[in-house]
Amino acid sequence: MAMQKNLDPLLEEISGPTPAQVLRKRVVGHKGLIFGLFIVFLLVLVAIFAPLLAPHSPYEQSLGNRMVEPVFMGGTWEHPLGTDHLGRDYLSRLIYGARVSLLIGLVAALISGTIGTAMGVAAGYFGGKVDAVVTFLINVRLAMPVVLVALAVVAILGGSLQVVIGVLGLLLWDRFAVVMRASTLQVRRREYVAAAQAIGASTSRVVLSEIMPNIVNNLIVIVTLEMAHAILLEATLSFLGLGVQPPTPSWGLMVSEGKNMMLFEPWLVLIPGVVLFVLVLAINLMGDGLRDVTAPDSRS
Amino acid sequence: MTQETEKPLLSVRGLALDIPLASGMLHAVRGIDFDLHRGETLCIVGESGSGKSLTSLAIMGLLDKNIRRSAERMDFNGIELTKASNRQMRTLRGDRIAMIFQEPMTSLNPAYTIGDQLIEALRLHRKVSHQVARARAIELLEKVGITAAESRLSQYPHQLSGGLRQRVVIAMALMCEPELIIADEPTTALDVTIQAQILSLLVELTREMNVAMILITHDLGVVARVADKVGVMYAGELVETGPASDVFGQPMHPYTRGLLRCIPQPGKTERGKPLGTIPGIVPSLVGEVSGCAFRTRCLHATDTCREAIPERGEAPHEFLCIYPDGALNAEGELA
Amino acid sequence: MLPFILKRLGLALLVAFTVSFISFSLLFLSGDPASALAGETASGEDVEAIRVLYGFDRPMLVQYGEWLFQAVQGNFGESYYFKLPVSTLIADRLTVTMTLGLCGITFALLTAVPLGVAAAVRPNSIVDRVALFISVAGQAMPSFWFALILIVVFAIQLGWLPPSGASTWRHFVMPTIVLGYYAMPAIMRLTRAGMLEVLNSDYIRTARAKGAGEGRVMFKHALRNAIIPVVSLAAVQMGFMLGGSIVVESVFALHGAGYLAWESIARNDLPTVQALILIFSMFYIIFTFLADVLNAWLDPRMRSS
Repeated sequence: MAMQKNLDPLLEEISGPTPAQVLRKRVVGHKGLIFGLFIVFLLVLVAIFAPLLAPHSPYEQSLGNRMVEPVFMGGTWEHPLGTDHLGRDYLSRLIYGARVSLLIGLVAALISGTIGTAMGVAAGYFGGKVDAVVTFLINVRLAMPVVLVALAVVAILGGSLQVVIGVLGLLLWDRFAVVMRASTLQVRRREYVAAAQAIGASTSRVVLSEIMPNIVNNLIVIVTLEMAHAILLEATLSFLGLGVQPPTPSWGLMVSEGKNMMLFEPWLVLIPGVVLFVLVLAINLMGDGLRDVTAPDSRS
Repeated sequence: MTQETEKPLLSVRGLALDIPLASGMLHAVRGIDFDLHRGETLCIVGESGSGKSLTSLAIMGLLDKNIRRSAERMDFNGIELTKASNRQMRTLRGDRIAMIFQEPMTSLNPAYTIGDQLIEALRLHRKVSHQVARARAIELLEKVGITAAESRLSQYPHQLSGGLRQRVVIAMALMCEPELIIADEPTTALDVTIQAQILSLLVELTREMNVAMILITHDLGVVARVADKVGVMYAGELVETGPASDVFGQPMHPYTRGLLRCIPQPGKTERGKPLGTIPGIVPSLVGEVSGCAFRTRCLHATDTCREAIPERGEAPHEFLCIYPDGALNAEGELA
Repeated sequence: MLPFILKRLGLALLVAFTVSFISFSLLFLSGDPASALAGETASGEDVEAIRVLYGFDRPMLVQYGEWLFQAVQGNFGESYYFKLPVSTLIADRLTVTMTLGLCGITFALLTAVPLGVAAAVRPNSIVDRVALFISVAGQAMPSFWFALILIVVFAIQLGWLPPSGASTWRHFVMPTIVLGYYAMPAIMRLTRAGMLEVLNSDYIRTARAKGAGEGRVMFKHALRNAIIPVVSLAAVQMGFMLGGSIVVESVFALHGAGYLAWESIARNDLPTVQALILIFSMFYIIFTFLADVLNAWLDPRMRSS
């Protein structure tokens, strides 16, 4: 009799929270992840509803209204963030610039993610010669200076949104390949993979239904981090004059255009830079946060 | 070996270790009392998680920062360890109290040679030249049965087998001629054949050098062979302590008896009859812990066992159970 | 260790060879290098003349063989724009870039390693949080923008440092910080993670049990092991930094190889661009090779195998 009662504290131990509850608790408790998600969500909304949110056209020039100061520096609410050297509304250009950054970041990360995942999973799953070739290609890719190659290719092919996306997509697959290779190696040694192979499942079936679901967490983290990487690179290319071409509103280009007036109007450089910094920071925090909540041991 | 009249080398009273967790305070170790005299071997036995290793680290002053230690007394040869500064503890560690850890594969630094590590152990505490320390290292390597000792000095840990590494670790512990060695499961990670060799070596050397030893193990066979004194630990408490002959000859605590039934004994254990097991699992020690911790697994537990259990028995053989006789009778019926 | 070095060297050479082919192929990305070089206004005859002059009429692989044969001897052809041998042009500029790269990696290591160690010693302390903040901010900071902000503050507002040029050491302060900060977050994170792992290892407990003091435990026993992967990373980062020098040099108007790359790309000076891509890649390959060898030497387990 006494034993039954005494077992109570043990039962409490066993009936803990479910995995979903644990995950929810971790997400809510992770300030970086919440901040990142919030900012990214906000900027995605801004990008989608840019035409509704922008007070002016991002392209409309007004040479009589050049370099109007933002409202916090004595300007008016007509142009809350002032106007650029061609009299275009700065806030509207920033809002449309979010579209450029997010589009390039997302599509480039998806392209490079597809290439890198295919390579990494193949290397990890088949091993041997396939692995040797993939590892070699990763080495070659890492040896090539990204900014330089991207600039050269964009210069040769001409700067357009499509070219920039394509070039970044074809250059940033290295981290996907490295991480997916390592994750696949880890997963393929597990018993359930051997079990699937033992019952005669085809290679594609094993990869798609046994391996992929178990490495998709890592993939999402890398997609996030590489998206941030692509956004930064696009801004850098555009800043150097060999990325997205004017008059397309790109934040990197806006910094570049403001640079000449930096001495007198530093806000022209400051504003697009801060926005770019915050977006990249938010995406990185989101990626780091996702890694923390899905693999809790990564940062003790 | 036991010299009860002499002042003990190490005397511990009321040692408790608490670990704050998100779910509450974990009372990992509670009310530990024991005395250890010069040259004596005390074996602490218990299953994993019973607090054996924590207790040894507490004596060394090597607990993680988040663990709270409290004790009425931890007297090492006149030095009150609970009041010792970090600096004082550092001068004791490795010099007068040495420790041998469980994993010889990972307890040596992979970046330095065996010689570097042995010499460091001596020169941290003695102002001797490199040559003197080197000679001492060779002497001890030979003593722990390592051949070609001199050439071993320039080898790295990864170049030695597990058994050899543990011999090196033992040599390292002996470099400063300590008065006390704490060996935390020193043979668990080794091959069975090597285990016996290492253990004999350890016992031989501690006897020869008159070093007291606290040997932590979960292997009762080992205890029977080497212990002068035995302490049985369960869920953070020493449930029974006493001279080895008493504890083995007349076990008083139901847990000790349970443990002893788990090992086969030639002549006593019947063929074909399953060995004893102790049903149930160790209770959670988070939050308020009261009464006998073993009551959830004890066949003789009653409601009285929920209340504080006074220490029973007469020194040196003491135990924490209010029904030793009842249990004994009940067991007699069972058998 | 020798077999390891030889194997690693073979890999480095193979990577170098592949990279050389890719850098050469870039020339043909536009379809017809002759018409690209002649410009949009050139007549068909002019294009043909250029095609013959530069040997574009030969099969691509023959051109590549010729180019590689010359490149191995340090001859990268003549710059279309400067009308000088590309090798002379680059040799002049490389000193500035190498100086900048060395200063940058030194700055990164001198800040990242101590910070990483301090963060690992007291996880979740103020120091750890500050270190985390610095690294997270560094990873999100666009280099070109950080450079401009530094110019605004330290050159324009405070007037402490010159905004551009390369004539004195003061000219290198801001570029070093920008380039170093680019490499710092990764090095700091790896140092922290490595130290955390090593500090939890059994041999650190052994060192403490021997009676070693905290300083000795940290630096002699822990850092010595935790630093091994950091060496590799520093080499990789150094390679990336030289590639990244293009951004920093163009903002600070430092006339190094990165600046030359930017100019040459903007001017369609393909021989120079090809040579620079190849040279930057070679630096990366050499650095990582040296780091692997150094690594093997630092880690006794690899040294003897």
